[in-house]
Amino acid sequence: MLPWYQNIPFACIFLCMISGIMMPLFKSGKAAFHLTLCVSLINAILAGVLLYFTAKESIRFVYVMGHFPAPWGNEIAAGKLEALLALMFSSVMALSLLGGKSSIHDDILEPKQPLYFLMLNLLHASMLALTYTNDLFTGYVFIEINTLASCAIVMARDTAKTIAATIRYLVVSLLGSGLFLIGLVLLYCITGHLLMPNLQEKVLSLVSTGKYMEPLTIVAGLMTAGISVKAALFPFHAWLPFAHGGATTTSSSVLSGLVLKAYIVLLIKLFFSVFSIELVSALHVNDILFVFGIIGMIYASIKAIREEHIKRMLAYSSVAQIGYIFMGLGLGTKVAVIAAIYQIIVHAVTKPLLFASASRLSEVQGHEKSLYRLRGSARTAPLAGIAFTLGGLSMIGIPLLGGFMSKFLLAESAVLLASPRQWAALLSLALSSVLNALYYIPAIIAIWSPSDFMLKYQEEGKQKKNITYSVSAFSFMVLVVLTGCASTPVSEIISSGLSLLGGASL
Amino acid sequence: MASKKHSRFIDWVNGDTAEKVHEYKFIQKTVPPHSEQAHDEVISTRKARLFNISYEISAVLVCVILVAVLLFTVFNLPLFGSAGNPASNEVAERYLEKGLEETGAVNAVAGMILDYRAFDTFGESSVLFIAVGCVMILLMRDKNNISATEDSLEENERLIEIETNDPILQKIVLLIVPCIFLFGIYVILNGHLSPGGGFSGGAIMGAGLILFAVSFGIDAMQSFFSIKTFKAITTTALMCYATLKAYSFFMGANGLETGIPLGTPGAILSSGLILVLDICVGLIVACTMYGFYSLFARGDI
Repeated sequence: MLPWYQNIPFACIFLCMISGIMMPLFKSGKAAFHLTLCVSLINAILAGVLLYFTAKESIRFVYVMGHFPAPWGNEIAAGKLEALLALMFSSVMALSLLGGKSSIHDDILEPKQPLYFLMLNLLHASMLALTYTNDLFTGYVFIEINTLASCAIVMARDTAKTIAATIRYLVVSLLGSGLFLIGLVLLYCITGHLLMPNLQEKVLSLVSTGKYMEPLTIVAGLMTAGISVKAALFPFHAWLPFAHGGATTTSSSVLSGLVLKAYIVLLIKLFFSVFSIELVSALHVNDILFVFGIIGMIYASIKAIREEHIKRMLAYSSVAQIGYIFMGLGLGTKVAVIAAIYQIIVHAVTKPLLFASASRLSEVQGHEKSLYRLRGSARTAPLAGIAFTLGGLSMIGIPLLGGFMSKFLLAESAVLLASPRQWAALLSLALSSVLNALYYIPAIIAIWSPSDFMLKYQEEGKQKKNITYSVSAFSFMVLVVLTGCASTPVSEIISSGLSLLGGASL
Repeated sequence: MASKKHSRFIDWVNGDTAEKVHEYKFIQKTVPPHSEQAHDEVISTRKARLFNISYEISAVLVCVILVAVLLFTVFNLPLFGSAGNPASNEVAERYLEKGLEETGAVNAVAGMILDYRAFDTFGESSVLFIAVGCVMILLMRDKNNISATEDSLEENERLIEIETNDPILQKIVLLIVPCIFLFGIYVILNGHLSPGGGFSGGAIMGAGLILFAVSFGIDAMQSFFSIKTFKAITTTALMCYATLKAYSFFMGANGLETGIPLGTPGAILSSGLILVLDICVGLIVACTMYGFYSLFARGDI
């Protein structure tokens, strides 16, 4: 018998899958919503327990899926890092559900709501599986589930624009899956393995003998490109603003906060558990990520300044934040990757807060979405105003908030680097922080300054109470402040978890 | 007064004092009949033309580069089928040599996908399930999103379908469909003994369902296969797969025996869970195939 807590990763994945499969049997969206919420909360608690035990014993264990050990059967693996990320995925999923409850009711036709929750459950399962998987082909299978489910949750809001955005998203996303799959097939041809530890052993022996180096380079390029396309790295970001900006609130929060990150988590596992960080630098994969990450940070911020639709502005801001993560990966040191993972967590708690607040603000102001027509909405819904302000300030990088810590860690890791890259990273961090301020501060001022629209909708808006939103916004705000103040324990967990990821099997 | 040059900057400093109006331009192609100039008018602006040309050129360039890179890689790969390939390692060896003994399946592929790597196959079945869910979200008719004219058009089509019964087609289909079903069931039930299994057998049965629906019309089909049957079959089958495999994964990981007998290899009731899983996968695939057809054809099942 294994220690009981080692069953948690398997239990979490299957809990989501089974509740997802049950969804079509529900007649109403309400019951489906409650079941989905329960499953997310249970998963968050289980992931917390797993984090406690793995951190206490400082281990990373493998869990054999079936009776056959690893290279023959499937297996998943979990350590501190995986548990922390799973905790992030499940808790943010639960809070996003709460934050977007009223919009789900408004945006999605009643008979289709159970299907919507089917998609959310399977999306949740796939993100957990991508985090825990120790086998690249299992990773690919769950990438497929993730792709279809994330397109479906955009499409669930049935308007002409979201359908157009979904088609775009689907085409680009499938291109990414295709590149990843070609890379995976080529990798199997030259190594004969799909399991990460065995792959790493084989890849390192190929490097030392110098055999099949050309295919190996192409494989690294194709897999990284495939994942970058799906994670909306700069030149491949064009699908994101309309898909994330047009979807219903929960979808926007989950897509921006979590789905993009699930792919990056897989990329990090690929870098550490399959290739090695030295090999990635030797093949210059991280140089490319670094350059495009920086361009994305600047370019997307400029686009966000010119955007007047509040949700699309937040979506462009997501592209910029993804740029930070890729810049961290591109710096190519372990400290920088820790900073990138910290940025993943910070963005995952901040962006859903912003999306939920933006949607609450527009709810009290006649469902308007343009910043001009949202003037004064924060006075009608003060909690949403405070939450939006806090989230915006965190994104700019004001101390004591999460965004500051992640930028600080990124800058710190850049300073430790002695190469021209140091200056590029520091300057672009500074410039993009200024650019972030240039669109968040006007937006914050706009929602607090009175206007005719505010007067027109004030009476009606004050009637609309939304308790689930308040709960979710409050929890998110606590998390934003926590990630800003208590960064040391979290980054220590990331740091030791990352060492377990790379060296456990060698 | 500010000069016009800086007006944008000043606007930005002052915030949105006036509402920005964005016009979305949709180009609708309306080609009048018997007109030859129509095509030139569609793309009228120079900018759009320039964009189209550069788009086409860059698309071709990207494809050519990708093809060249992939061809180069393929020529550097180990030769297909040679004995010393990295892929001919201990993994494949155990599948082939011990597969029969460990899984009880004569068909090594079935043993691999439904026993050794059953978790991946569970994912694949969920992909089908989710795909049909996506199509249902997109195309399912619903009284909230269908106008009265669309409804009456649909009703008309149904009436036409009923009136144009084709006796020759129907007689032939009545002869063929049972054979198709029998063959599909055979392929599913023999998945662990011979090539085939849930995915291929399910596809055959799905084709049979579609053929029946095409020739006898929707009313005959719905008398035994409605949306309720569809939901019940797919969810039960996938649920069955999930619970059985969850049990077997849990027992396997904890080093316990499942207590499921493997049986004599070659017998129809053998190879443990593989037969049951094959039936589940077959049902899901058959329903999914028919579901796709039906949703695309009528927006309903």
